[in-house]
Amino acid sequence: MNWVENLYQSFYNAIVPDQRYMAYLDGLKATLLISLLAILLGIAIGVIVAVLKVTAVNYRMKWLTTVCNVYINVIRGTPLMVQLLIIYNLIFTSRDTNELVVGAVCFGINSGAYVSEIIRAGIESIDRGQMEAGRSLGLDYMQTMRMIILPQAVKNILPALGNEFITLIKETSVAGVIAVTDLTKAAQYIGSRTWDILPPLLIAAACYLVMVMGLSKLLSVFERRMSKGDRH
Amino acid sequence: MIVTKNLKKSFGDHVVLNGINETIHKGEKVVVIGPSGSGKSTFLRCLNLLEVPTEGEIWFEEHNITDKKTDINILRRKMGMVFQQFNLFPHLTVRENITLAPVKLGLMTKAEANDKAMELLKRIGLVEKADAYPNQLSGGQKQRIAIIRALAMNPDVMLFDEPTSALDPEMVGEVLDLMAQLADEGMTMVVVTHEMRFAKRVATRVLFMDEGRIVEQNTPEEFFENPKNPRLQEFLSKIL
Repeated sequence: MNWVENLYQSFYNAIVPDQRYMAYLDGLKATLLISLLAILLGIAIGVIVAVLKVTAVNYRMKWLTTVCNVYINVIRGTPLMVQLLIIYNLIFTSRDTNELVVGAVCFGINSGAYVSEIIRAGIESIDRGQMEAGRSLGLDYMQTMRMIILPQAVKNILPALGNEFITLIKETSVAGVIAVTDLTKAAQYIGSRTWDILPPLLIAAACYLVMVMGLSKLLSVFERRMSKGDRH
Repeated sequence: MIVTKNLKKSFGDHVVLNGINETIHKGEKVVVIGPSGSGKSTFLRCLNLLEVPTEGEIWFEEHNITDKKTDINILRRKMGMVFQQFNLFPHLTVRENITLAPVKLGLMTKAEANDKAMELLKRIGLVEKADAYPNQLSGGQKQRIAIIRALAMNPDVMLFDEPTSALDPEMVGEVLDLMAQLADEGMTMVVVTHEMRFAKRVATRVLFMDEGRIVEQNTPEEFFENPKNPRLQEFLSKIL
């Protein structure tokens, strides 16, 4: 059973010597941090852009629609890695840039464009009677949007939002191009030291899988919590 | 209390309201009837500016609500509205539906709003539904809760937009009974409806609209016994 021993040795080399497991952990930390910040920023941008777009239609503000559409089209129409490099080189001029933050901001701006379209679809799926009922009670447009329309919209679009966040977590694996040592970069780095690239990559893949499954679980719990008004 | 002056509303080339001059006094119960497409719902929805008139003025309690400088949100607190499709908030419980606006607008504390909600629920016999969600209720229950949701704001006038049209026939009665009670207590009401028995029983005045105008109005007795306009005669002969 020589190959079992070889396999064991490969993975042992990929994890234990020189405290290599710490490299994965640091990479994992960077990946999680970028993902989390990017998701939060993506939600913030997404909600704002979606509400602006819907409001622009309701109040016939063409210029606002144009501004929102330019943002969405530019972001969706160019590759994420190119955006990452452009933003990095735009900001790196100041020398003491925190690559992690640049990465998170870039992924957030990118995600915001997708999230905003998902949320807009959610807002438009809500019957206009809901807005009218809120307004007829004396709530203003933004109060009705915040307390009545958005909560219902988010409930409807949770599966689509979950998809977007899963994609986002996996896309952070290109953060290496701006010198962030994320999980993928850490695996490549270890592979270059052990001359055996496959084990670290498999380990990194397993880490991504666990993260995504964790997020899916979290989302399904959230979905169940939000569907409490659906019981008949 | 509500005065409209030469009220006009068009959607594109389509004229829906063609010059309405009408005064609704405090304590009146005005029922608006008319064939579909006559503009009666649009007229009602203009009164609290859910539809913005193309021309003309609407005055409510000495405020010109069609003036851009008027804060319509403040005035809407005093104008309760009930919709054909109920429009309860499905993500909130019955209690939250009723207390949301008074609390968020700072008119009542949470406790005050809650007491008010329970008092109103008691009145319509639905106390045990306070923590239910709208989807767990029947149509008649939903509409009665929509009515008390509006009442929780202590409005000066209640606008009803075909409140029984989306209900199963056996649930129409409970909603009309509640509306009749409100009328007896002196609430000013404007009701767009197809329920002629309700108009006869509750209205102090009945308006007949056709093609964007009020073509006839009278006390319910005269209106139904002695219609003068040929369109009204034809309309009544079809539905009575």
